[in-house]
Amino acid sequence: MSLREGSVSPSRSTFGRAFCDMRFSRACLVALLLALSVALSCATAYAESLQDALVHFTADDFSETIIGIKEIAASGSPRAEAIIRALQDGQLTYSAANKVVYIKTDAGKLLDAASGQPIAGDPPADLDTVRLNNRLRGAIEAALGGLTLLAADPNVRFDAAQAVFKSRQASALPTLETAIAKEQDPRVKRALIEARAAIILLSDKASDEDKLAAVEVMRQRGDQDALGLLSSLPANTSAPVMQAAATAIAAIKNHLAVWEAVQNAWYGISLGSVLLLAAIGLAITFGVMGVINMAHGEMVMLGAYTTFVVQEVIRAHNPALFDYSLAIAIPLAFLVSGCVGILIERGIIRFLYGRPLETLLATWGLSLILQQAVRTGFGPNNRDVGNPSWMSGAFDLGGITITYNRLWIICFALAVFIALLALLRYTRFGLEMRAVTQNRPMAASMGIRTSTVDALTFGLGSGIAGMAGVALSQIDNVSPNLGQGYIIDSFMVVVFGGVGNLWGTLVGSFVLGIANKFLEPYAGAVLGKIAILVLIILFIQKRPRGMFALKGRAVEA
Amino acid sequence: MTPHLLIRSLDRGASLFLIVIAAIAILVPVLNLSVSASSVFHVPTYLVALFGKYACYALLALSIDLIWGFAGILSLGHGAFFALGGYAMGMYLMRQIGTRGVYADPILPDFMVFLNWKELPWYWYGFQHFPYAALMVVLVPGALAFVFGWFAFRSRVTGVYLSIITQALTYALMLGFFRNNFGFGGNNGLTDFKDILGFNVQAETTRNALFSISCAAIMLAFLICRALITSKFGKVLIAIRDAEARARFLGYRVESYKVLVFTLSACMAGVAGALYVPQVGIINPSEFAPGNSIEAVIWVAVGGRGTLTGAVIGAVLVNYAKTFFTSGMLAPYWLFMLGALFVAVTLLLPRGIVGTARHWNALRRDRASAAAEDGVREPLPAE
Repeated sequence: MSLREGSVSPSRSTFGRAFCDMRFSRACLVALLLALSVALSCATAYAESLQDALVHFTADDFSETIIGIKEIAASGSPRAEAIIRALQDGQLTYSAANKVVYIKTDAGKLLDAASGQPIAGDPPADLDTVRLNNRLRGAIEAALGGLTLLAADPNVRFDAAQAVFKSRQASALPTLETAIAKEQDPRVKRALIEARAAIILLSDKASDEDKLAAVEVMRQRGDQDALGLLSSLPANTSAPVMQAAATAIAAIKNHLAVWEAVQNAWYGISLGSVLLLAAIGLAITFGVMGVINMAHGEMVMLGAYTTFVVQEVIRAHNPALFDYSLAIAIPLAFLVSGCVGILIERGIIRFLYGRPLETLLATWGLSLILQQAVRTGFGPNNRDVGNPSWMSGAFDLGGITITYNRLWIICFALAVFIALLALLRYTRFGLEMRAVTQNRPMAASMGIRTSTVDALTFGLGSGIAGMAGVALSQIDNVSPNLGQGYIIDSFMVVVFGGVGNLWGTLVGSFVLGIANKFLEPYAGAVLGKIAILVLIILFIQKRPRGMFALKGRAVEA
Repeated sequence: MTPHLLIRSLDRGASLFLIVIAAIAILVPVLNLSVSASSVFHVPTYLVALFGKYACYALLALSIDLIWGFAGILSLGHGAFFALGGYAMGMYLMRQIGTRGVYADPILPDFMVFLNWKELPWYWYGFQHFPYAALMVVLVPGALAFVFGWFAFRSRVTGVYLSIITQALTYALMLGFFRNNFGFGGNNGLTDFKDILGFNVQAETTRNALFSISCAAIMLAFLICRALITSKFGKVLIAIRDAEARARFLGYRVESYKVLVFTLSACMAGVAGALYVPQVGIINPSEFAPGNSIEAVIWVAVGGRGTLTGAVIGAVLVNYAKTFFTSGMLAPYWLFMLGALFVAVTLLLPRGIVGTARHWNALRRDRASAAAEDGVREPLPAE
């Protein structure tokens, strides 16, 4: 069988590929070749260079084989990848006498390497495997990397470009040039150019102009990898390039510092949103009723366990609803925690009005009881609460990574905050609540049932804590101790922000969250917390009642 | 002047209390050491250690009652001062181990060798000397309380705000002491003690001596508190407790009084911690847990706030109940009971045991003396 005839089928057109599946007779193939020779001149050109390249494999010489690999890689033939992979797997055989190369399949069949067609008739007698050594394996890797640079799928090309950027294989340079010239996709093109720049910077053959251009490319890339590359330039790099690299490094470092600040701010906002969720209910009960509810953290915990129960029920009965589990859990958690809150208010706290220190102790006792009850009911270990699909994963924004669950929690916290503001501002209940906050006896004289307002307010604050629990179940361990970790921080927020003003809570939680995250890199998580505590103590020297303090008679109440 | 002040400060109940404590301080060691083990009157050594622990808790309760009962300062962070005193004593005991540690390093405690530290941190210097360590037991909690109180009281942080801030203080300290690089043994704390002043801490005689010393410390602290509250200083404190703004308008420097009594109370708590550590044989960061401090407050509430004797009685009662319930089948329900205790005491027994007894006594006396003269009752603690 002649190779020239076989080489028709692996043309790039679908037309040719369709024919390749059919078993045409030899004469038919010749005729086709003649008919399509003009249209497929390109394919023929590939075929010729492929054919020439394959011959190198039959010399049984490592240097020849390397030349063969490079030529095949450069041939641009669609068969190239299959041939080189076969070589890598030790499946490439040749007949020295015929100067023909075959691929031996796993099933033991022989395929013609150039065409991919099974050979007709008996295999040649002098079959031998093309031998490999480590140098060859390196060349094969590079050739494969280069080949995928030309793949049809842009994602494959992008990955290949990234791989070349990391490996900095100088041998991929010619393929890169070809790929850059052909590339249409701007994202892939950029990656290719960066890969080329990485190679140029490390090579000692490239001209200074090329290198300066490459430094500029790296400066624009501006990430940790670019920084690493620029700071590891070979020693023999010329002075102007070195200087350009130094400038670029400084620029990149600045750039990275900015992004790090952005990242910290993002973490801070995320922490702030969690604090806001946990503290906002507290701000209501504390602000309106002057009641310190030490069991507030346990309301958060109840909300988290409600989420757990909801998810368990969904898993058991209707797994398809799993993505809606949080939407179901939020109102349920509000109801559960809110009802428990109203029970607590009616059962205990209403007897303790005017005695805040006793209230504090009684609610602490309640928190012990609630924790132990949950521990008895659900066990002391962490419970597994899953993320719905729309909350898992992350995306990149500039130089930072943003996870969806954090993003949603921020949205949720703000939504709760706005809803609460609206409730206070526009509903009758909100009006009554504000009246009671400002002047309890006067509100009572106006016919407001202050005790009902108290109970509902406490229920509202607890219910919001329950919703916070749903959000926290997505980012924290759901255990009986969940609430305790947040209670002190929430109190700090309320003390810092000032009592009786929701805006104070909003500003307080984000200020504390961001301050915490900016202190952490310098002081560590624990010292950061201690520093925050000291700062708060110093702050209340200046403003003993928090940032947004109530004025007038309410202060002494 | 001073003896006069002391005698004047002791009414009948206070004297009785002192006598009872003194009797226990002598009786328990005698029953442990000189009564044969087969006798029904024999007190086993483990009970001596347990009573010693209660005595330290009682001292802590006393220190809390001094500020909560008489100055209206509810500290939810007194466990921090207790633990700091304990750590100071623990550091002394660690340095006494010397070459008997696992790594046999003459200077570095085992955990430092384990962490590959080469030198003793500067704040560990001097702790091999008992007088220095004893000074630190009082000085460190006192200094912290002074600085903290100076800042807090000067800016008029009162009531629940102060409670929350003190709780945050002990919480922050707990987080700090959990870290290895703080140099206090991290998670494990300080333990494996051998000697105190040359006596083996495990020995029966040492345990009895420590118990008696703890009782003596209670008596001394009680005397100091009584002297303080019956003096003019104490009257001002009570005035601050009942109407802080009014006391300030009358010209008293409220914050100075508060800082002073807060610091004194912290020193007492530090001594309690220092006596606690050799008797239980370990000090670790969990002593800083906010829960411990609140529990100590409930001892005072159970016994009766502002009664001093009540604080001691409450501490012993609640801790005895804790020992009793947590060691038996009822262990899982202990937290329910403790929680219920918090709720029940605040709702149903706001005066505590001793306070309620005094209240009834006063009522009875009132009825006996009829309306002829107005009985001078001790005013009830207000917020």
